[in-house]
Amino acid sequence: MSTEQALSAAVLRSDRFRLEREADWIRLEAMVTKMEKGKSRRLSDDDVLALPTLYRTLLSSLSIARENSLDAGLIDYLEGLALRSYFLVYGTQTSFGRWLGSFFGGGWSRAVRAIRYDIWIALSVMIAGALIGYILVAGDRDWFYALVPSNFSDVRVPGASEAALRGTLFGGQDGDGLGVFAAFLFSNNAQVAILAFALGFAFAIPSILLLIHNMALLGAMLWVFAQRGLTTEFVGWLSIHGTTELFAILLAGAAGIHVGRSIAFPGTRSHLKAASDAGKRAALVMVGVIVMLICAGLLEGFARQLVDNTAGRFAVGGGMLLLWLLYFIGFGRTRRRPGA
Amino acid sequence: MSDSSAVEPWIRQSANPKFDRILVTPEGVPLNVTVAAAGARAGALLLDIVIILGLIILVTIAGLALLWAFGVALGDNLQNTNGPLQFLAVVWIISVFLFRNAYFLYFELGDRAATWGKRAVGIRVAARDGGRLTAEAVIARNIVRDVELFLPLVFLSSAEASGTMSGLTAWAGFLWVLMFLLFPLFNKDRLRGGDVIAGTWVIQNVKKNLGDIVAPSAIAPDGAAPFARYQFSDADLSVYGEYELQTLENVLRIDQDDALQKVAASICQKIGWEPGSGDERAFLEAYYTALRARLERSMRFGKRRKDKHSPHE
Repeated sequence: MSTEQALSAAVLRSDRFRLEREADWIRLEAMVTKMEKGKSRRLSDDDVLALPTLYRTLLSSLSIARENSLDAGLIDYLEGLALRSYFLVYGTQTSFGRWLGSFFGGGWSRAVRAIRYDIWIALSVMIAGALIGYILVAGDRDWFYALVPSNFSDVRVPGASEAALRGTLFGGQDGDGLGVFAAFLFSNNAQVAILAFALGFAFAIPSILLLIHNMALLGAMLWVFAQRGLTTEFVGWLSIHGTTELFAILLAGAAGIHVGRSIAFPGTRSHLKAASDAGKRAALVMVGVIVMLICAGLLEGFARQLVDNTAGRFAVGGGMLLLWLLYFIGFGRTRRRPGA
Repeated sequence: MSDSSAVEPWIRQSANPKFDRILVTPEGVPLNVTVAAAGARAGALLLDIVIILGLIILVTIAGLALLWAFGVALGDNLQNTNGPLQFLAVVWIISVFLFRNAYFLYFELGDRAATWGKRAVGIRVAARDGGRLTAEAVIARNIVRDVELFLPLVFLSSAEASGTMSGLTAWAGFLWVLMFLLFPLFNKDRLRGGDVIAGTWVIQNVKKNLGDIVAPSAIAPDGAAPFARYQFSDADLSVYGEYELQTLENVLRIDQDDALQKVAASICQKIGWEPGSGDERAFLEAYYTALRARLERSMRFGKRRKDKHSPHE
């Protein structure tokens, strides 16, 4: 029986409605099924062009059917197909490459600038943490052992000789195992940064504590070296990768604080809306943090061992810091102008 | 989602109405969705963890095999194997990091917005506000996974290993960790921490096939349609409402003889007809068509009759 015959014979108006349109629905369903199986490349150009139209037609069919038809099976079908095609029409449509392009082309630096107040908070927290560590250990040496985990403090303990400390900063590296070390450092630091961000979810307090603790460790270590007059050398040793790594941890902590602050003080938005707005912005920053930590891992694993003098280390570390600052402050500003 | 819309007739009433939600598309058409239950989420996650562990083990075995091959090729010369060994270690560390973090990202950014585990149990990630699911949202929801899932694992194993935990701190830490893990159980949309931050939720997939026309014999082309054999009066058709119509639709779609007989008999009894025999399907299709025509007609005038207990239009 052809469609025309069926149409003329159909008793119910709602059945005629269905017979007139079902060819479009079936075509859309076939396309949706193909796309869900990851075969969207096999769709013809005609199909790709027709997808949004078919989708909107389907939605209007659904709205009409809800008001005019009592065929529950039909409405269920339309509802299910509408949801499936909605997900494809409004799916994550950017390809990974294009997303990466927009990310480095300004998305990242804009996200960093958007959380600048949280960066100031995180920065002051970090400075305070380092000061606390330094002052605590200066007042009572036993604090050192409480702050620094034992695997860090092999020779670097209060009262170590200048030669022993200098030995940990310079020389002795023949370049073996550097790659492994860099990869390990990256993986380790990345998890710490992710933690600093993710903990922000609990009103930012754990993020702040984590920042303080990590920086107190650094402050305590700084005191040990300062006791033997090695402050400049230690800062140089640290700065070669530290400017990048500490910057990354700063951003991760700031991203966590941003999310926590938005949950605690959502302003005029609902708590959930504020959380998701802040979360998406912070997620961009976090991808950047991972990128920075990869750089830091490479610098720590290779450059620190290869550049064995303080002046060179300061040059590399300072150069990296300048590069990051230029990128974050200056990059991707032009696109905002038209809207402003 | 307001109370006034709760009486709209198109809102689905599923077996577990606790998880029924409405998602409004950007075009303004509301769609019924079902939030994935906590059990389904946990099952999917468990599957994913098994898959990730499997991948890590696979990479480890492949690395070891490669190492062994190098050893054989170079005749156990340690000086020479040092280079490849390091290279393999770097690859291993980076691939474990990627499996742990990028596995979820890669699959949830795909067209189906679901990892293998989620696909297996038929659920997917979606934006809560009905908009587009963005890459940032997927990244945000998965970064938080670290505190929810891996932190408890690391916490428990390190506490176990070092034995430094005193009773009180161990319990405090354990509670803290549990709070994140069980977060989805304490809100009605089963949002985990990552979903809150990313503005996403996890809902069930639907896949329904387009069934046939319920009463095909009513549109038979040969004029001798059984519909013509039965004539129902207004009174015959006024005993039932939409609920009964849809029950009848189900019976007709499933098409089992004894069910057809039973329903035909009870309808005949209700409207005071003599139940015939052997022709139940034709009778039911005719009655269905007539009842639906009547109900749809009054529906077009804005009058709906929910079930047989509702007042007449």
